[in-house]
Amino acid sequence: MAGDAATPLLALERLEVAYGGIQAVRGIDLFVGKGELVCLIGANGAGKTTTLKGITGLQPVSGGTVRYEGEDVTGAPAFQLVRRGLAMVPEGRGVFGGLTIEENLAMGAYTRKDRDGIRADIERVFALFPRLKERRRQTAGTLSGGEQQMLAIGRAMMSRPRLLLLDEPSMGLAPLMVQKVFETILAVSGEGVTILLIEQNAKLALEVSHRGYVMESGEVTLAGDAKELLHDPKIRAAYLGVGA
Amino acid sequence: MHPILDLRHRPAGALVGLALVAVALLVLPFVLTGIGTFWVRITNLAILFCLLALGLNIVVGFAGLLDLGYIAFYAVGAYVYALLASPHFDIHLPFWIILPIGAAVACLFGALLGAPTLKLRGDYLAIVTLGFGEIIRIFMNNLSQPVNITNGPQGISLIDPFRIGSFDFSKTQTIAGLTFTGPMKYYYLLLLVLIVVIAINLRLQDSRIGRAWEAIREDEVAARAMGINTRNMKLLAFAMGASFGGISGGMFSAIQGFISPESFILVESIMVLSMVVLGGMGNVWGVVIGAVLLSFVPEILRYTVEPAQKAIFGRMILDPEVIRMLLFGLALVLMMLFRPAGILPSALRKRELETRRNGR
Repeated sequence: MAGDAATPLLALERLEVAYGGIQAVRGIDLFVGKGELVCLIGANGAGKTTTLKGITGLQPVSGGTVRYEGEDVTGAPAFQLVRRGLAMVPEGRGVFGGLTIEENLAMGAYTRKDRDGIRADIERVFALFPRLKERRRQTAGTLSGGEQQMLAIGRAMMSRPRLLLLDEPSMGLAPLMVQKVFETILAVSGEGVTILLIEQNAKLALEVSHRGYVMESGEVTLAGDAKELLHDPKIRAAYLGVGA
Repeated sequence: MHPILDLRHRPAGALVGLALVAVALLVLPFVLTGIGTFWVRITNLAILFCLLALGLNIVVGFAGLLDLGYIAFYAVGAYVYALLASPHFDIHLPFWIILPIGAAVACLFGALLGAPTLKLRGDYLAIVTLGFGEIIRIFMNNLSQPVNITNGPQGISLIDPFRIGSFDFSKTQTIAGLTFTGPMKYYYLLLLVLIVVIAINLRLQDSRIGRAWEAIREDEVAARAMGINTRNMKLLAFAMGASFGGISGGMFSAIQGFISPESFILVESIMVLSMVVLGGMGNVWGVVIGAVLLSFVPEILRYTVEPAQKAIFGRMILDPEVIRMLLFGLALVLMMLFRPAGILPSALRKRELETRRNGR
């Protein structure tokens, strides 16, 4: 899918985010078309998570605009974006450790009031993540890191998002678990949810994505088709540890 | 609806139990008056503490915001009542007008405390709220100059009791052959208010608001990602908790007839917090039990420690007050060791503690 450039679901225009006096994101342009799975990759400290915080209003934007469904939502608080169909899985997962898996999922549907729909969607998430179903009455704090990541993604799905922002889903997970989490990301994408994936694991991220953006020191230095980026010599040298 | 309130779907046995408790609570003041009227007064104070603990439970137990200055809202409510129903300004408004005013003013103070502390958590929030509680008390202590508003450390006396027409809550009266003393009349009123406040608390816990507080307590960033307006929800917790404190304060004023800043010292805040923690943070019934226990046990000790020592040793060795605090401290330490989630812990708190103990 090349992405519907005419009406992108999410578009960043010259977005700038600063921490104190330090410009962490220096005017980046990025768009995510409907149904796309787009990744934003880069090394630690490149400004990926800061970009996400700029989009979701967790960090004030110092310049540029964030457009969601064509509307200017720059600086809108996270809770309002969720109500408009933009869900996010925060870095470090952030599951509610004392609540059961089922209660976590129900909390994900906080913005909704259709009880039957919520119940049906919980079952839908369980169908997607059978491991969670086995442990539905266990507290989320007792799950492994990978299972918590799945729960966090499943919980974000409960708000029936049109756009899902994933922040470093592979962080701190064992390789086998990373594989599993990426399989679920593909499954979610297959359900028609548009995804913007922020990831350090460039190889895996590019393998599952349609398009990719590469960030370095707060700027987008490369962008394009994920498969092409995967074979770009510069990318292979800098992020995939091949060549050089 | 909460199962406790759902009378239609309860087995007959539970209904009989509920009826027995109701009868016991109705007869209680007559029994207590038989022992001594002061026990009815102590019971009334215990109910006031139940109301306070339930209010603080909204802030600490439901929303997870540690508040060490809660007694300030009690003070605000008490002073609002005292100023609007005493010879001090010679204003004598009826209580059903003042109590809502007191609740509203306390609510405003709650929002005033909440707004600047929204970004604080845990220890930092505790320090600011502690300071807030002291500021309010010191204001009450010093607002006698240049314009005498609070009458300073002397406090305000001759505060009007509750009156509805000729029905005066402070006077002894015989109705249908039964003699009702002032404290007894207040008892029934307080009991009614307590039942209403418990019902509100139970409903709150199961509401969308309650679930939002639950999420905020667990993880604020994640709560925001769920679409919860964390700022408004935290302000709401502060404001609601404060209103309950304000209403309790107004009733305290009327029952005591005299208030001074000394009634609202830091130890009182800590006492109410102890009731919440001891009973079981987040569990409405646990909080009520905690408040009743911590109100009554010291009083019982006060009347038993002295005679017991005299009987055993022939003289007083330890001051009752000292033993009270000693036992109180011991009880808290034992609680933390054996029932860290409280006497009647909320299911959620219990799970949270277990999860944490398992090292995750």
